[in-house]
Order: sequence, then C-alpha cells, then structure tokens
Amino acid sequence: MTDLSTQSHSPTKRGWYKRHEIALTPWLFLLPGFLFFAVYVIFPIAQSFNVSLYAWDGLDRPIYAAVEGAEITDAECTALGPRARGNPGCAETGEFASTAEYIGLENYQELLGDRNFEISLWNNLKWLVLYLLAIPMGLFIALFLNQTVFGIRLYKSLFFFPFVISQVVVGLVFSWFYLPDAGLLDSFLQWLGFDGLNVLGNPDYATYGIIAAGLWPQTAYCMILYLTGLNAVDPEQVEAARLDGAKGWKMLWYVIIPQLKPATFIAFVVTIIGALRSFDLISIMTNGGPFGSTRVLSFYMFEKALSEYGFRMGYGAAIAVVLFLIMLVFIAYFLWSMYRDERGY
Amino acid sequence: MFPRPIEKSSPAWRSGYQALLPLALIMWLLPLLAVAMFSIKPDADFTTGNYWTWPSYFAGFENYGTVFGTWTRTVDGCVGNLWPLVFNDDAFCLFGFGWDYDGSDMVRYMFNSIMITIPTVIGVVILSSMTGFALGVYKFKSNLWIFFMFVAGNFVPFQILMVPVRDLTLDLGLYNTKMGLVLFHIAFQTGFATLFMRNFIRALPFELIEAARVEGVAEWRIYWFVVLPLLKPALAAMAVLIFTFIWNDFFWAVVLTQGAESQPVTAGITSFNAQFRAAYHLMSAGSIVAALPPVAMFFLMQKHFIAGLTLGAVK
Repeated sequence: MTDLSTQSHSPTKRGWYKRHEIALTPWLFLLPGFLFFAVYVIFPIAQSFNVSLYAWDGLDRPIYAAVEGAEITDAECTALGPRARGNPGCAETGEFASTAEYIGLENYQELLGDRNFEISLWNNLKWLVLYLLAIPMGLFIALFLNQTVFGIRLYKSLFFFPFVISQVVVGLVFSWFYLPDAGLLDSFLQWLGFDGLNVLGNPDYATYGIIAAGLWPQTAYCMILYLTGLNAVDPEQVEAARLDGAKGWKMLWYVIIPQLKPATFIAFVVTIIGALRSFDLISIMTNGGPFGSTRVLSFYMFEKALSEYGFRMGYGAAIAVVLFLIMLVFIAYFLWSMYRDERGY
Repeated sequence: MFPRPIEKSSPAWRSGYQALLPLALIMWLLPLLAVAMFSIKPDADFTTGNYWTWPSYFAGFENYGTVFGTWTRTVDGCVGNLWPLVFNDDAFCLFGFGWDYDGSDMVRYMFNSIMITIPTVIGVVILSSMTGFALGVYKFKSNLWIFFMFVAGNFVPFQILMVPVRDLTLDLGLYNTKMGLVLFHIAFQTGFATLFMRNFIRALPFELIEAARVEGVAEWRIYWFVVLPLLKPALAAMAVLIFTFIWNDFFWAVVLTQGAESQPVTAGITSFNAQFRAAYHLMSAGSIVAALPPVAMFFLMQKHFIAGLTLGAVK
C-alpha cells in the first residue's frame, strides 16, 4: 500500500493508491463481507432457480470402468449404472457424475396438480393473515404497560420474555400445553365441563394451534416495538387532543397510531417475514401432520428435498422458488419504502 | 383508547392496576411457568397422572442432574489432544484435565451451541462494521444498490438457499461440522448486520470524519480510530441480537449437521427428547437448560438488546 515508485521522489506526487484512496477504500472494506454474502446468499438463490429445472436426488454416482482383463467394456459398465457395483468386471474410477437430469418446467407442472402443495399454500395464507394479529395484540399490551409505576421495567422485560426463547422450546412448551387430557388447555376445558380437545391431533385445528403458539413470541416482539414507539409519543399532542374532546378509539386512531407509524412499519415487516419463515414450530409440534394438514411451503420444501420421504432436490427447489416469489412481493415493497425514505434524506 | 398516565388517576385505579399487573403476567407466561414446574416434579407424579398438582417433592436436582449427565475425572481420554478445549465421544478435555460424561449428550449440545454462536458473533461484528463503514461513510454510485442487496438477502426465505448451501458445505467437506454452520451464519447475518451498522454510522456526525481527513489521516485509520470507538454501543446491541438469533437457529442446524459431534442444542433437544420419550420432567428440564443462555444474555444486556431490536421504531 506504500508508494514504491522509484522514478518520482517529489513529495507533491503521491502514489496511485493515495490518489485514489477515497474511491478505493469503500470497495476494500466491502470486499470480505460482499464475498461471503455473494457465495452463501446471492449465488444460491440463482442456483436454486437452476436446480428447480432438474430432476435430481442430490447424490452423485460413482463412475465405473472395466477392470483390466475383464470381458466387460467401459461402456457396458457405465450402462449398468449403480448395478455395476455388483459386477466383478467393473471398478470405481474415483470420479463422480451428477445424476441431475434437465426436465425444464416439469417440476412446476407437477406442483400445479399436487394436492399437498395446495394445502401448504393455503396454510401459508392462514399464517400470513392470522400472524398479523400480533400487531394489534402487541399494541394493546404495550398500551397496557405504558405506565410509570414501581417495577414496571421488570414487568416489561418479563412480558418480552417469550421472544428471547428459541422457537423450538416454544413449540415444545405449547405441544405440552395442548396435550390431550394431560395438557393444561384440556384440563382447563374439562374443568369447565367441556369435552376434551386434541388440538394438534385434529386436522381442522392443528394449524391454528401452531399459529397461536407462534403469536406468543411475535406479540411480545411487536409489544416491545410499540413500547419504544410510545416513549416518543408527544404528551402535549395527547393533552391537546384530550382538551378537544378526543376519546376512546378516536384518540387511538387519529392521534396515537399516526405517531407510531415507524414502529408499525417494522412490526409489519418482521411479522410478515416471521409468518413466511414458519418452520421450527411446525417441525417440532406436528412434523407436518396430522395427515399433512399443517404443512406450509417452507416445511413441505424441506420434506421433499431432505427428509425420509426422498431426496427430490429439484422439486424442493421449485417449491422454494414459489415461496421466494411470494416473499419477493413483500421484499420489493419494503425496499421501495426504504428507498423513499432515503431520497428524503 | 390511550390510557391516561397512572399518576393522574384515582388511587383506587392505581392500586387496581398494580394488582392487575402480576395477574396479567402470570397469564401471559403460563405455558412457561407450567414447564418450569414440570421440571421440578418427580417422575412418579407423571406416572400417577398428577400432571397439574403441586410437585409431591422437589426433584429439581435429580432432574437437572440427569440432563447434565454424570461426570467423572479421567486422565487417559485427553492424551494427545491438539486443542486445549476438546469435546469428543470419550471425554471433555480442558488441557490435560478430562472428564468422562455419561447419560445424556445435553452438555455436548450446549458446548456445540457455544462454539457455533461465539465465532459467528465475532465474524459478523468484524465483517459488518467494515461493510457498514463502507456504505455509511462513502458516497459512490452503486452504494444504495449494494446496500439494498444486503437488505433484500436478509429477508429471503431460508429454503431458497437450502439445496445450494448444503451442496456447497458438502463440497467444502464441512458438512456436519461446526465450521460449516459458522461460515453460513456469518454470511447470512452479515446482511442484517450491515443494515444495522450502516444506519447507525449514517447517524454519526460526519464532521468528525471530515476533520480527520483534513488532518490527513488515512482512511483505514479513520475506520479504526474514529468510527470504531463510536460504534461500540451499536456493536454491543448487534452482538446480543446475533447471539440470540444464532443460538435459537433450528433450520440450518438440521440441514447442515446431524449427530452429537456438531449439532447445537436446538437440534439436539429433539434427540434428547427421543431418548427420554414421555419423561416430561426431563424434557422440561432439558428445554429450560436449552433456553437459558439467550435469556441470561437478554437480562444482562437488556438495554442493548432492546435498543437493537427497536432500531428504527422511532424516527
């Protein structure tokens, strides 16, 4: 990075790097982070699009060749495929060939007729809509806790607690909560004189049961966003509105909520993303069941590509592409809002 | 629907509010409290069907003891280890000292989680302070587009990355290693962290950097001596957040690892639960142990944690 030029000893002439320092520095600083991000995030997106056009089980088969002096030829060994392993005339060459086969849009055509894909898509929609309940619920709790009394800080952090816990543990906790007979919910229902309810074992309720579990941490998250937002609400405006006779819902809708707009935007972003990323809870609580009724796209994709039901990487990638395109709508909207803000600088 | 400040309301309502708070909290945390109670109940309570009664006696020590397994000192398990800290099938070794463990792999999963989370946090802090500096301080043509690339990448569903990332990890020979997970987590979290850092750096007084430039300070020195010290609170906030995100990650743990030698605790707890099927007292104790580190982190660094999460919630 130092000036190694020997021709010029004049102190006024600076080295090439020195002259371009301000233009070069950002790129040098960006390089490592950018490389990591490109290799692990940007390229894989393109690769997934590509993989979705293939039928592929994710495995590479060893290439076989005829051993010296065998009656079989190389071509015949290749033709045998995996069965060459049982043939004494063939031996592994140590090289591998991909088994991916280009099939164009066939994976997508198959998706159109796939009943499970349809169920997953519907469940995704349920998640998206119901998960948004976390925003008003979070606002409600935030309004409830937005007071100054002794110990309120501790209460606020304890209300926030569910968000800090991993979704795996939340899933376990709620699956015990829902246990038929022994679970807390069932015990309570029976104590009230109702019939027991096997929430997670019933295809009609299971998805709602899982969404309810997901709403617990998500509400806590929205609550903390709104608590921070409420700190910045102008008390003079509230007082002025009160003098003008604003009360109840009108007060909330016309005076408070407009001031909470930045918090609402972030709550919206994180809730949408959270809804479309739902995987952990489903995997822990029902593993997609009963009868595949709780699958969502993210879970179905994993099941198709990596679980005991088979390694259909191409088909899985096609599901992931669909999920990605849904997400892209929201991402584009988020970026557009950010872009407007940036121009306003 | 905007409650008046409590100081201005009647004393009766004030004490009513004070009484309502703990009740609401108990309702809110009920599922968690139930698990906490499960974890100190003896096995016998469950076999007799007394799920929701008070524990017949305090069995916390034996339950949590089973989760951590039994440990005995060993000498031979740790001969010839290259690293000062090693956890393998035989023993847990700290330099020459070794312990044999038996019973459950929970401690090993916890160890893996730590060895995945800490390097990730360090890596993300280094990379994102650099990218944030580049995007926050310098004006160049593609600045906003590169920034948006990081932001957009941070929002994509994991599944679109799954097949290629798993392949890449296999090709690098890092499948089922902690390193494989760490590299991916660093890369992915850099997206979120860059957003965070860049916005924070944008809000710093730019005159400081200009003054340093007038003095002829080299750009990398501006990063190191001017910007980085000012970033400390933001880095702390981000570090706690990333710690929690990574500790709680389940999906990538399932995709990139399998087995006790590298799986973090979120994935390991399912094997633990399979081992102790229907033993609710042990599964509860295990869940609480797995959930504890981020909780401790949250309470220790509460101010930073909330500052990080709510960045941008106020304009």
